[in-house]
Amino acid sequence: MNLHEFLSIFISAVFIYNVILSRFLGLCPFVAISKETKPAFAMSAAVTFVITASSAVTWVIYRFLLLPFNLAYLRTLSFVLVIAALVQLIEMIIRKVSPALYRAFGIYLTLITTNCAVLGAAVLNIDMFFVKGKPVVGSFYYSLFQGVCMGLGYTLAMLIMSGIRERLEFCKVPRALHNFPIAFIIASVLSLSFMGFNGFKF
Amino acid sequence: MKSLVKEFTKGIIRENPTFVLVLGLCPTLAVSVSVANGIGMGVAATFVLLGSSMIVSLVKNFIPDKIRIPCFIVVIATFVTITELCLKAYSPVLDRALGIYVPLIVVNCIVLGRAEAFACKNNLASSFFDGLGMGVGFTLALVIISAIREFLGTGQVLGHTLIKRFEPPFVFGMPSGALLVIGLLLGLFNLIKDRKR
Repeated sequence: MNLHEFLSIFISAVFIYNVILSRFLGLCPFVAISKETKPAFAMSAAVTFVITASSAVTWVIYRFLLLPFNLAYLRTLSFVLVIAALVQLIEMIIRKVSPALYRAFGIYLTLITTNCAVLGAAVLNIDMFFVKGKPVVGSFYYSLFQGVCMGLGYTLAMLIMSGIRERLEFCKVPRALHNFPIAFIIASVLSLSFMGFNGFKF
Repeated sequence: MKSLVKEFTKGIIRENPTFVLVLGLCPTLAVSVSVANGIGMGVAATFVLLGSSMIVSLVKNFIPDKIRIPCFIVVIATFVTITELCLKAYSPVLDRALGIYVPLIVVNCIVLGRAEAFACKNNLASSFFDGLGMGVGFTLALVIISAIREFLGTGQVLGHTLIKRFEPPFVFGMPSGALLVIGLLLGLFNLIKDRKR
């Protein structure tokens, strides 16, 4: 476990394998909620928060519940249920503790339950930081950090996209390309520019 | 009988999950690099869709309304796990190519959408044909997108070279090409819809 490792996780999760633009996880909210910057930011904040929390929780469940009892094949089932329960719990806590925060991203929280970015991050962590059913050294911290970084990558893509789409309001888009099609074409150009990070090597 | 045929055909064109309902795009874009991968993903998703639709329509009367979504998710996740294990055992190459997108079928909106919108209100036979039709429609969309991408990205379709002396722009094999192809295809479908009106 060293700084070098963390840096490489950061670069690869935020830029090279960006959750949205390269791994295509969480595309639905990316296209649906990216028309204005403010809700887009609230959504990304909620996603980042949930990915981080679920990375930690799913790691603990996999390491201390599924592996010792030889239940690794229940991974998908247990992760989905745990994430759904976790999102509900977070929602309840936020509503109780901070109503202002709840108003800011409360409705987005419920949407996250079936967001593939959250489950994707959990599965990726297990695939990357467990070798033959054994956690690598510092596995928990790597998983947690990768969760944070994937959330940051999500936020970055969301902010760029919503900024562009706000300006798009003033442009004349061909009728057939309104809404979804033009959003995908913009995302394609964004993804093309993110490909430039592919050359980063450590 | 006639209505069963209708349940089957509506998923293929009129309510195509990818092009008309715009659902379940994440796996569509991620695995459509080659036609073989596209078909593999399509068949896997169809299997999950069929199984979960049938089970949900069978047990719909025993599930309390308030906890129906978690119950559906458990049913779907069971079928996804079966798919995962079968793929690992019988086709490890395809399993590696599809990667994390196999477990992610569980959060594919098409599957949960059909359970919630159709299977929990209809009988076994119509749920079966609805699931089959949606699965075929999804597979068809995947084949179209992946054929375009594989041809433009590598100059081949299913390993056969179609045109000699064609210099393929390899960007179509990259994530960026996938987004461009789906954007233009959705635009094309809008154009056709507008013309028809």
